[in-house]
This record gives sequence, C-alpha cells and structure tokens, in this order.
Amino acid sequence: MDALILARIQFAANISFHILFPTITIALGWVLLFFKLRFNATGDDKWMDAYRFWVKVFALSFALGVVSGITMSFQFGTNWPGFMERVGNIAGPLLAYEVLTAFFLEATFLGIMLFGFRRVPGWVHTGATFLVAFGTTMSAFWILVLNSWMHTPQGFELRDGVAHATDWWAIVFNPSMPYRLSHMLMASVLTVAFLLAGMSAWRWLRGDRAPSVMAVLRTGVVMAAVGAPTQLLLGDMHGLNTLEHQPAKVAAMEGNWETRGGVPLVLFAIPDEQARENRFEIAIPYGASLVLTHRFDGEVPGLNQFRGAHPPVAPVFYAFRVMVGTGMLMIGVGLLSAFWLWRRGTLPRLLMWGLVGMTFSGWVATLAGWYVTEIGRQPWLVHGVLTTAQAAGPVPAASIGATLAMYLILYVLLLAAYVGTIYRLAAKASGAADPLPKGLPA
Amino acid sequence: MTPFLPADWLPVIFAGLMALSILLYVVLDGFDLGVGILLPRVAAEADRDRMIAAIGPFWDANETWLVLGVGLLLVAFPSAHGIILTELYLPVAVMLAGLTLRGVAFEFRAKAADLKQKRRWDHAFVAGSLISALSQGWMLGRYVLGFADGWAAAGFAAMAAVGLAIAYAFIGAAWLIWRTEGDLQRAAIGWARLAIWPMGIGILLVSAVTPLVSSRIFDRWFAFPEVLALAPLPIATAALLLGLGSLLRHMPLPGDALRRVPFWGAVALFALFFAGLAWSFFPYVVPERLTIWQAASAPESLTLILAGAIFVLPVILAYTFLAWRIFGGKARDLTYY
Ligand code: HDD
Ligand code: HEM
Ligand code: HEM
Repeated sequence: MDALILARIQFAANISFHILFPTITIALGWVLLFFKLRFNATGDDKWMDAYRFWVKVFALSFALGVVSGITMSFQFGTNWPGFMERVGNIAGPLLAYEVLTAFFLEATFLGIMLFGFRRVPGWVHTGATFLVAFGTTMSAFWILVLNSWMHTPQGFELRDGVAHATDWWAIVFNPSMPYRLSHMLMASVLTVAFLLAGMSAWRWLRGDRAPSVMAVLRTGVVMAAVGAPTQLLLGDMHGLNTLEHQPAKVAAMEGNWETRGGVPLVLFAIPDEQARENRFEIAIPYGASLVLTHRFDGEVPGLNQFRGAHPPVAPVFYAFRVMVGTGMLMIGVGLLSAFWLWRRGTLPRLLMWGLVGMTFSGWVATLAGWYVTEIGRQPWLVHGVLTTAQAAGPVPAASIGATLAMYLILYVLLLAAYVGTIYRLAAKASGAADPLPKGLPA
Repeated sequence: MTPFLPADWLPVIFAGLMALSILLYVVLDGFDLGVGILLPRVAAEADRDRMIAAIGPFWDANETWLVLGVGLLLVAFPSAHGIILTELYLPVAVMLAGLTLRGVAFEFRAKAADLKQKRRWDHAFVAGSLISALSQGWMLGRYVLGFADGWAAAGFAAMAAVGLAIAYAFIGAAWLIWRTEGDLQRAAIGWARLAIWPMGIGILLVSAVTPLVSSRIFDRWFAFPEVLALAPLPIATAALLLGLGSLLRHMPLPGDALRRVPFWGAVALFALFFAGLAWSFFPYVVPERLTIWQAASAPESLTLILAGAIFVLPVILAYTFLAWRIFGGKARDLTYY
C-alpha cells in the first residue's frame, strides 16, 4: 500500500479511537454536575451514589480521551505537513484557542473535581465540576469550528497558494458550524443517555435494587426520549445545509446516480461504482425529493454531475444508513421506555435487555456519522482549496505501517480494558460492599 | 532587519513562548515521568500508592504544556513543525505510545480487580514513563545534531536518551523528597544522590557537543565578548550541582527543613541547561536550516493568538497556582470522595 493510503488509515484510526471518549466526557460532565446539584438540593444519598459511580467512569474516559488527544495533536504534523503549510494561518489560531481556553481549564480542574472532594468547600468542588464540563464543551466548539471550516471554508483569501484570514467572524461562524456543532453535541448526549440507561439496566437485571440505579436509568431514558427525536431534526437540517454546500456528498449519501426530479428514498441497496447504479434497491418512491426539497417532484443533484470528483459512494452510503438506522432505533427505544416508565414506574425485562444491548449504540452512530462527513468530503481536505493528497508528507510507507500496527494493537487492548473495567465497576457497585462514607460535605 | 515590524518581533515572542512551554513541560511532566521511572524501586503497595498520589492531581495539566508547546510550534512555525515531526516521526510515535500507557495506567490501576491486575498496570505505568523519557531524550539528541544521520549521531542520541531519563528520575526523586515523609522520603533522597552525578555528566556532554555542531555556535560560545556574558551559565550550573550534591548528603534535615530545595534546584538546573541550548540555536528553529523568521506564519494570525495568549495565560497560571495550593503539602491517599 502506498504512504498516502496508510497515512489516511492511520489518521482515521487515531481520530476514531479518540472521538469515542470525548463523546462520553462532553455530556457526562454535565450529567455529573446534574447529579451533584440534585444531591445539594435534596440531600438524597442516591444522587451522591450516582455521582460516585459515574465519576469513576468519567475519570477513566477522560484519561483515555486525553492520551489519544495528545496523539491527535501530533498527527497534523506527522501525517499532514502540507495541511498546516497551506491553511495554517487559519487552523493555527483555532487550535491555539482550543488549547488555551479549553484544555488547560479541563485538565487543571479535573484534579480538583476528582480528588478535591474533601479538600475544598462544597461549592468549589461543584464549581470545578462545572468548569470541567464547560471545558470539554469549549474544546468541542473550537475543534468543530475548524472541522466545519474545512467543509465549508470562507473568510479567507489565497496568496501564493497559502490561505490568509480576511474575516475571522466568517471563519468561526462558517455555514456548516452551527449544524455540525449541535448535531455532535446531541450525539454526545445520546451516547451518554444510552450508556447511563444500559449500564443501569444491566445492574437492575443482576438484582441491584439500589435507589440510585433506577434514578440513573430514568435520567438516561429521559435524555434519550428528548434527545433522539431532536437529533433527527438536527440531522435533517444538517443534511439540507450539506446539500447546499457539498452536493456531491449528499448524492453519495442518497445513492443517487442521476440528477432528476422525484427521486426515491433508498432504504437499502448495493451501490456499484463501476456500473454507476444501485443493485438490489429497496426504496420509497419520491422520498428523497420530499426530504431534501420538501416537494414530490423536486430535483436532486446526482453523482453524474460530479464524475471523477465525488467521494467513494459505498462507504458514505452504508455509513449514512448505519447512523440513521441507529438513530431511528434510539427514537423507538427511547420513547417506548419513557412511556413505560411514566405509566408503570418500571420497565419490563425485555425492554431492560433492549437497553443493555444499546449501551454502546451511541459510539456506533457517532463513528458512522463521522465517516459520512469525512469520507464524503473526499477528495478534498479543505473543500475546494486543498486535496488530501496535497497535504501528505514525505514519511516512508514502512514507518507509517509499523506505527499504525503499534497504534492498532494498543487501541484494541485499551478498548477491551476500558469496557471490561466499566462492567467490573458496575458489578462491584452492585455488591453493596461500598457503603457511602458518612458526613460528606454538600 | 527593522526591529519594529510585527513580522520581525512576533516570531521572537512566539519562539520565547514556545520555549517557555517546552521548558515547563520538561520540568513538570519530567517529575511525573521520573516518579514513574522510580516506581519499581519500592515494593510495598502503600508506598507505591503514595508515590502515585504525589503526582495524581497534577499529571494531566502538566502534560498539557506539551500540547501547548507542540501547538505553538504548529501554529507559529508551520513549516518547521512539518520538518521536525517528519524527521522525528518514529520517536514521536514511540513517545505517544509511552505517554498513552502512562496516562491510562493511572486510572486502570486505581480500578484494578485484584493485586495481580494492579501490578500489571504498574508495569504499564513504569514502561510508559520510561519509554516516554527515553524517546524524548532521543529526540533532543537528534535535534541538537540537526537530524544528522550515521552511527555517531545515533550513539549521541542514545546517550541523550539515557541522560534525560536519569535527569527525570532526579527531578522525580526531588519532588518526592518534598511531597513524602518517613522511609519513602529517605529512599527518595538516596535515589537523588545516585542520579545527580550521571545527570551532571549528561548536561556536560550535551553542552560540550553543541558548539561542535556548527562553527556559528562555536563562535557564539567562545568568541571574545560573548564568552564573558555566557560564563555565568556553566558556573552557575556547576555551583548548583555541587550545592545540591552536598545538601543531599545531609538530608533529611531536622524538622524537614529545606525539603523544597532539591526540587527547585533541579528546576533551576533544567532552566540553565535549556537557556544554553536556546542561546546556541537562536535564531534557528530547525538547527542551521530554518530561522524563526523563515518559518513563521502570517503576522495577522500570530497577532490574534498573541492577544488570546496574553489574556488567557495569566488566568491559566492563576488556576494552576490554585490547584497547587489545594494539593500542597505531603501527599495523602487519593480518594475520589
Ligand atoms: C467533538 C469533540 C472533539 C473532537 C472532534 C476532537 N476532540 Fe480532542 N478532545 C475533546 C473533544 C474533541 C475533549 C472532550 O475536550 C477531550 C476528550 C476527553 C478530554 O480529556 O478532553 C479531548 C482531548 C484532547 C486532547 C488532550 C487535552 C488535555 O490534555 O486535556 C488533545 C491534545 C486533543 N483532544 C486534540 C484533538 C485534535 C487534534 C482533534 C482533531 C483532529 C481532536 N482532538 C478532535
Ligand atoms: C472526531 C471525529 C472524527 C472522525 C471519526 C473522523 C474520521 C475521519 C476519517 C474516517 C477520515 C478518512 C477519510 C478518507 O480518507 O477517506 C478522516 C479524514 C480527515 N479528517 Fe476526520 N474525523 C473526525 C474529526 C476530524 C476533525 C475534528 C478534524 C480536524 C479538525 C479532522 C481532520 C481530518 C483530516 C485532516 C483528514 C484527512 C485525512 C484523510 O483524508 O484521511 N477530522 N477523518
Ligand atoms: C436520526 C437521524 C439522523 C439524521 C437524519 C442524521 C443526519 C446526518 C447528516 C446529514 C450528517 C452529515 C453531515 C455532513 O454532511 O457533513 C450527519 C453526520 C453526523 N451524525 Fe448524524 N444523523 C442522524 C442521527 C445521528 C445519531 C443518532 C448520531 C449519534 C448518536 C449521529 C451522529 C453524527 C455525527 C457524529 C456526525 C458527524 C459530525 C457532523 O458532521 O455533524 N447522527 N448526520
């Protein structure tokens, strides 16, 4: 394999591993703040119990997020030196602001949040929890500003092939930023919702009737029931925005080979890039036109308009279906569970098992979504400005291959250790061998 | 060069900021990595927990200085960043694996099912710390020689690797002298005594080789008026080494007096060494190839970052200070609640 492909695989592997943990820490930080505030307000031990268990999961996820993030910050230089040379004047300040306003904040207050409980007054600890949650959200903001700018660049001019900023306001508030940011933050909310609900359901099925278990389960289900339909809405708006700015990506997502009106919504198919058509297509007539133009006969751009310059169709097409399929499942399970909890106060075993099965479903949808977005913008790295091939560096394929193998081995081991440890922590918490210490400060 | 154009002085400021964050990283994460390297020296579980508790609340923020240092290199000197990181591609990857192992081992060992598993994460912690230190030292060696190839250069890089690992062990031991008490503190004093002289030799060796890299650096060190301005550097280094060495022979002192001195002494040593290197290579970011002015990004982007940095860095320093206050004194057991 050539160095470019290997560099791309390596970058994709590293960022995919990294994003697993931010998706958890971003929303879980706010959930922990919620638990803490509930405890402060009610004095009910179950909220403290919930805090105590989930802060461990948070600490573990955060550590994995930090170490994989450090790797990411070197990746731009090691894999894409051309990226910074061409658009460094824009990417640079955005990355710098992320480090300055977000990373130090979260890293410093994490220590106080995790270990400061008995050393600082209660309000300082609550404040530290807030600042950590705020920091993770800030860092998502900055990195998604950059990522969105790469999809919908504006506010700059090219001088000798190098991008120079002309309007920072336009760069930060680029057209896809609001959609991408809100869709990603909601992805984090949903990932955490199903993690909370799934782990609690698992504890409940093992016979753990601690009050905190049902309290957390309820929190997760409410987040899912509100978040999943919202995500559908946000995703739809995101898609319309993409149609405007990156029509080739939408054509690949829809598997639409010809520009025409009355395009069906393809539920399933096997896109064939040689023959430029879909095999085994199952579709809803007029569906895509309706979704994308809100008219039955609306014209939808097809891949024929972008011959030779559109992304590979199959991965974008499948990944999109994985994401939306998972999203639909989340809506179904979320609403059903919420309804049941509201009417009966508990859930039938079958639904409990359903939640257990969906514990990590947020990861699946999030990764699939990123693959749609990122593969969908190929061959561009910065849309219309810089291609991926132009950004690659001179590192020999053998070095990239060797380090890729090293990263992959490390990631598989760490992921196994991570999931194993979470389940073990849950089993231990269920053992009730871990009573709440008396006299905790509020 | 007209000194008042932003394109002229901005790169100097950014080179300074970058050097400062790298120095802060080396000192701060240096003691974390050093404690990691020293961990296998003690067998008792309680002592190990105590050693880790002494760095637990700090390591994450300490590591962030690395992100800032590399980030500043990336944003202020993008072409140098490309050259340096592609030259150092392999050691960087090895270091990242080491930092990954080290960082996660903290969390996993605290949540291990049994002693056997905990010991396994201890091994990962030690290996990660050692690998990170060695690869950073290797990179230092390669950088100093301007990425020269060949056996002699590799030998020098290997020496720098071992030297930096020993220096980290020293500052780690110095941190433990400050932050622990009793037998553990006595052990730390012993480690510091062992590490100080090899560290001194390492500093001497690297310093002696730098002037040989180029006649430009040689002239800078030995040409007449400069030599007077620079003489304090080696003299202060030698005095510090001797002073610390004799202090360590008498520690622990009654009432735990001077417990902070070895650590701050080590910080001063690192800073002096670093100042020497910076003096040698200035104004090059890639030794003898690319100056900071050739490598700098557009002034308008740098101005924007600088505005943010001037505003935010004091805030960062303030809350770092707060965290140091909260976790001041002797390390106690770390608990989440
Ligand atoms: C949507 C969110 C998101 C995305 C797309 C990324 N990150 Fe990230 N990153 C975070 C959200 C985040 C976070 C939530 O802020 C983390 C995860 C856990 C944590 O400790 O902070 C983090 C940690 C983190 C750290 C460690 C910070 C520390 O020491 O506290 C670095 C250096 C990076 N990231 C760098 C990157 C780079 C270079 C990315 C892209 C190429 C990237 N991240 C994508
Ligand atoms: C966080 C979730 C993300 C995931 C899972 C992800 C995934 C991917 C994948 C799979 C590719 C490979 C596409 C291909 O080569 O066909 C890619 C490319 C790329 N992404 Fe992302 N990405 C994410 C976020 C980001 C962010 C936030 C940035 C920058 C700010 C970014 C920058 C890049 C770059 C520079 C490439 C080019 C390399 C390439 O094409 O392989 N990505 N990403
Ligand atoms: C339910 C229906 C959903 C729709 C219609 C939808 C729509 C979309 C679209 C159109 C994109 C591509 C954006 C682009 O062009 O760059 C996208 C990306 C993405 N989706 Fe979804 N999505 C849905 C559900 C979900 C769910 C449930 C999750 C995760 C829990 C999720 C996570 C993501 C992520 C992380 C990205 C990449 C980041 C971004 O570009 O925002 N999506 N989604």
